[in-house]
Amino acid sequence: MTTLELETTPTTTIDARGSFCPGPLMELIRAIREGQVGDVLAVISSDNGSKTDIPAWVAKAGHKLIGVFPHEGYDEIVVEKLK
Amino acid sequence: MQNVLVLGGGVGGTLVANLISRKIKKQIEAGDARVTVVDEKGEHVYQPGFMYIAMGNQDPKSLRKPERRLLDDRVELVIGEVTGIDEETRTVSLAGDRTLEYDYLILATGSRILPEAIEHFEDEAHHFYSEEAALKLRHALDAFAGGRVVVGIAGMPYKCPPAPLEVALLIEAELRERGLRDKSEIHFCSPIARAFTIESVSEMVTPELEKKGIELHTFFNVEAIDPERKAVMSLEGEELEYDLLVLVPPHKGAQVLLDSGLGPAPGGWLPTDPKTLNVGERPNVWALGDATNLPLSKAGSTAHFEAPVVAERVAAMVQQRKPHAKESIYTGKVMCFFEVGDGKGTLLRFDYENPPNPPKPSRLWHVGKIFFNKTYYRIVPKGRGGTIEKRI
Repeated sequence: MTTLELETTPTTTIDARGSFCPGPLMELIRAIREGQVGDVLAVISSDNGSKTDIPAWVAKAGHKLIGVFPHEGYDEIVVEKLK
Repeated sequence: MQNVLVLGGGVGGTLVANLISRKIKKQIEAGDARVTVVDEKGEHVYQPGFMYIAMGNQDPKSLRKPERRLLDDRVELVIGEVTGIDEETRTVSLAGDRTLEYDYLILATGSRILPEAIEHFEDEAHHFYSEEAALKLRHALDAFAGGRVVVGIAGMPYKCPPAPLEVALLIEAELRERGLRDKSEIHFCSPIARAFTIESVSEMVTPELEKKGIELHTFFNVEAIDPERKAVMSLEGEELEYDLLVLVPPHKGAQVLLDSGLGPAPGGWLPTDPKTLNVGERPNVWALGDATNLPLSKAGSTAHFEAPVVAERVAAMVQQRKPHAKESIYTGKVMCFFEVGDGKGTLLRFDYENPPNPPKPSRLWHVGKIFFNKTYYRIVPKGRGGTIEKRI
């Protein structure tokens, strides 16, 4: 998949490209803390660890992983805040 | 007259001012250039020693020195609180209506702790990021007779990334020595998927935690403290009761950087070029040490290795020459010791391209850390650190 195919437009997009682990995850956590239930957050990360660390965190924290979408040089990880 | 202004008299600010003053000695002596350090208190504090106040009976007085004594005679020192930075007029304002002009500005403003950002932190949690807090933790450990110890991190990034792991391991060793280990549980809470941000260090330290019976809780981002139930809660929904709670407080960059717009909210960390250390696109402004947004340890060691790069770049501009290629590019070099308890330690040495490959913990690296702590004032701020590095 090269493009994001979402029915919902992300409420917030966090461009964390150039930031290294755990930067992108910490940016997502901050946005989750500040956001509302139902918000859809897209994290754009060029750090390879994000595509495993962020889904693992989302599972533990009880939110919904909508998907990990690979692009040229970065991944887009989309999460819905459930609580 | 070309004015070089350094904000902050910590490791980075002091060292960079001394290195610049040596490089542009002729211009200073001819009255064509001036190097000024602005420091709020005029006192230099060796902050890595705070942990040893809590864990090793370090005398707090030995950690402080007058900043003036560490600076080259050619460097001017202004003691005052920086209240504003105006890039348009190239001026820095200080409390008391004082103003300083600059042609070249070096931001070595460090980081600050904000325990108050988490409700009940100040009453319930201990930390070791100030002299006062470290002494309080020492007294709490002296009075501790066994129970649940929880060590965690209440915000990233923070100063000296290995420190909370070191403290968990050192508390474990102390409780064992005092015959309290059987009556105690120790929990270490990491905000990320593993014990430490750098994978190779996690791989080294996780077996140490297991061997010593320290329970690791990953993805534990501190959300709240309940003082009545003596419990700390994570954003992820985990809850841990404690008898002794030790948390790294949240950190931010200097308030003046947030106020001036140089350091964007929420953290105020300066957007810094990883190689040139220039702030944003500004050719005459640099950052080093904790103040930057670089994905590196917020540690004196980072500032130590960044300072020669900034010094060469500033000197080259003052002398209207090209900077020396090798000396003017920061490679991300950091080097620090890591205590694992029982009189043993290891060494983390890395840069942007090469992750650390910590040697097996041994007495050598613990002794190395103690030796470094004792000789810091004679070597580092004055720019004599190269000899230590070569020996290691």
